[in-house]
Amino acid sequence: MAGWRNHTGLAVALPMEGIDTDQLIPARFMSTPRAEGYGRFLLHDLRIDREGKPRADHPLNRHPEASILLAGRNFGGGSSREAAVYALVDFGIKAVIAPSFGDIFAGNAVNNGLLSARISDADHAKLSNALDSGVGTLTIDLETCQITLGDLTRPFALDPVWRTKLIEGWDDIVLTAKHAHAIAAFTQKDRATRPWAYLNTEFSPPNQNPTGA
Amino acid sequence: MSGQTLFDRLWRSHEIFRRDDGASLLWVDRHLVHEGSHHAFGKLGMRGLKVANPDLTIAVSDHYVPTRERASGGTNDDIRRMIATLETNAKTHGIRHFGLNDPRQGIVHVTGPEQGLTLPGLMVVCGDSHTSTHGAFGAFAFGIGATEVAHVLATQTLWQTRPKTMRLTFNGVLADGVTAKDMALHWIAKLGSDGARGHAIEYAGSAVRALSMEARMTLCNLSIEGGAKCGMIAPDETTFAYLKSRPFAPSGPQWDEAVDDWQALQSDADAAFDREIEIDASDVAPTVTWGIVPEQAAAISDTVPANAPQDALEYMGLKAGQSLNGLPIDQVFIGSCTNARIEDLRAAAAVMAGHRAKVPGTVSPGSMIVKRLAEAEGLDRIFVDAGLDWVASGCSMCVAMNGDVVAPGKRCASTTNRNFRGRQGPGARTHLMSPAMVAAAAVTGELTDARPFLKDRPLAGAA
Ligand code: SF4
Repeated sequence: MAGWRNHTGLAVALPMEGIDTDQLIPARFMSTPRAEGYGRFLLHDLRIDREGKPRADHPLNRHPEASILLAGRNFGGGSSREAAVYALVDFGIKAVIAPSFGDIFAGNAVNNGLLSARISDADHAKLSNALDSGVGTLTIDLETCQITLGDLTRPFALDPVWRTKLIEGWDDIVLTAKHAHAIAAFTQKDRATRPWAYLNTEFSPPNQNPTGA
Repeated sequence: MSGQTLFDRLWRSHEIFRRDDGASLLWVDRHLVHEGSHHAFGKLGMRGLKVANPDLTIAVSDHYVPTRERASGGTNDDIRRMIATLETNAKTHGIRHFGLNDPRQGIVHVTGPEQGLTLPGLMVVCGDSHTSTHGAFGAFAFGIGATEVAHVLATQTLWQTRPKTMRLTFNGVLADGVTAKDMALHWIAKLGSDGARGHAIEYAGSAVRALSMEARMTLCNLSIEGGAKCGMIAPDETTFAYLKSRPFAPSGPQWDEAVDDWQALQSDADAAFDREIEIDASDVAPTVTWGIVPEQAAAISDTVPANAPQDALEYMGLKAGQSLNGLPIDQVFIGSCTNARIEDLRAAAAVMAGHRAKVPGTVSPGSMIVKRLAEAEGLDRIFVDAGLDWVASGCSMCVAMNGDVVAPGKRCASTTNRNFRGRQGPGARTHLMSPAMVAAAAVTGELTDARPFLKDRPLAGAA
């Protein structure tokens, strides 16, 4: 995945707290292969009415070109479904700015090049006020961890490990391969110190052990 | 220097390597996968990679499995494909699989402990946020996303930055009829759905020590609903007694060695936590959620708060100030990895015995083993006689992926873990509570305190 250092795009305010992963993508869409694109599922039940028509008053229907979201506290809380991140990324979202995020969501985001930028409640209020009727062009700088909107510049918090990963576009599987020796040395020692942690029991075919314990 | 916490010990014993920037590469002891892990297997396939340690990877079919008419293999083509894909992936990579027709099949967080796959001192990960359940055994257990699942499949390791620690102590004794579910909803209501964000919780105190293994699993299961990285309880005799002779638990001389090692999995008396929260267990009452996030919860004797957010009230069809007691419901659900183990079914049956339910409902045991055990105890008859459906095991109406859904606008009293908008189906209104509380709601057709029903009644099925 390509890394990135800064981004300028249209920011849209979603003035809601607790936009959880089940809102970001309802579970019923999650059997779809990724190749088909997940953007249309983003916030589906808030954005699309029961007849399947887009709700004209939803900010993302009015501004489908948005690439930054400014949302309320506890964005992405709930399930570990990475599909929530796929829906955002496939919709064209590059960054979400909020006072707090679900931990698993934020980790999934960084693995897909999506920034979850944490800001203080005070800065959240400032940025919300500065967005003219909920939209505006905003610049995010990963190197300085700053958000700029017109003449307002505010800092955001991001785990430094995640920041580097976003900038470098690291792929963890490739990184980990470099530590193959350390892993082998660890398991050799570990098997001796925690033999009970390794599974030695044969897996009986289903019909031979129906009772469990 | 202060002593070590249980979490410090778990972290240290799994750290393979620490990078200069603070990220650590950790060893994974158990990797649980389910049908939803298809994205991760897809990633692996695209890169032509193999599963590094198939022996430490365990597949369980639960999220999409039908709870009725199992022979159909799934309620529609998409669902059948999800179930079949896991079957194929498990076979291709040589992974143990508790599949649809395996008599040990169940919800991944019920099956793991039940089979003795979950042990103290292990690091357990799974692409499901309620993996925190396994922390009840003194394991470091948490949910991960698909990219991480692919990484664990490929390497049996995971990069993590160390979370902060928090001790949540419940002092004193729980009142009769108050359960681990109530403890969880109580603390989440107090601290908020992101109240423990970035923290590994250790549950402690006399009220936690007094909990059974199953109740501990309920408490740890809900850690994620307060935003925690994970939740854990130091292992003790209750833990060891539960695990002894489970199929995959160590046996013979290795059992004794293991118990010796596990006994050291405690926080030192002088260990320092980043945060300490103390709760008086006697303050915990039977609790129900009224809103659309788990923090929107209150004692059954309370009212919907005056300052309740408008969007929650609208979605739930409630008014601020309305009493929770007496709120009419349309249906009930007893199931999920939170509250569908044998003790949960016994508690619900104790309330329900001899009554007819006023509303329809479904009981889906946490595993097929739990189902058979409940049938041997006659609990199924109690539910069926009351008018509820007794069905096979799966995630079912916890996540509404398998075709079991609550219809739009319907109000469901549920033993599950999330009252998010649409979680049990588009437009569904969910109230979370304990199994006994759900049973009492079924019998009266409204939210009500279960305790009067439990007066002078022995727990059904209990010895
Ligand atoms: S029952 Fe619900 S929470 Fe538990 S594993 Fe299944 S979907 Fe996840």
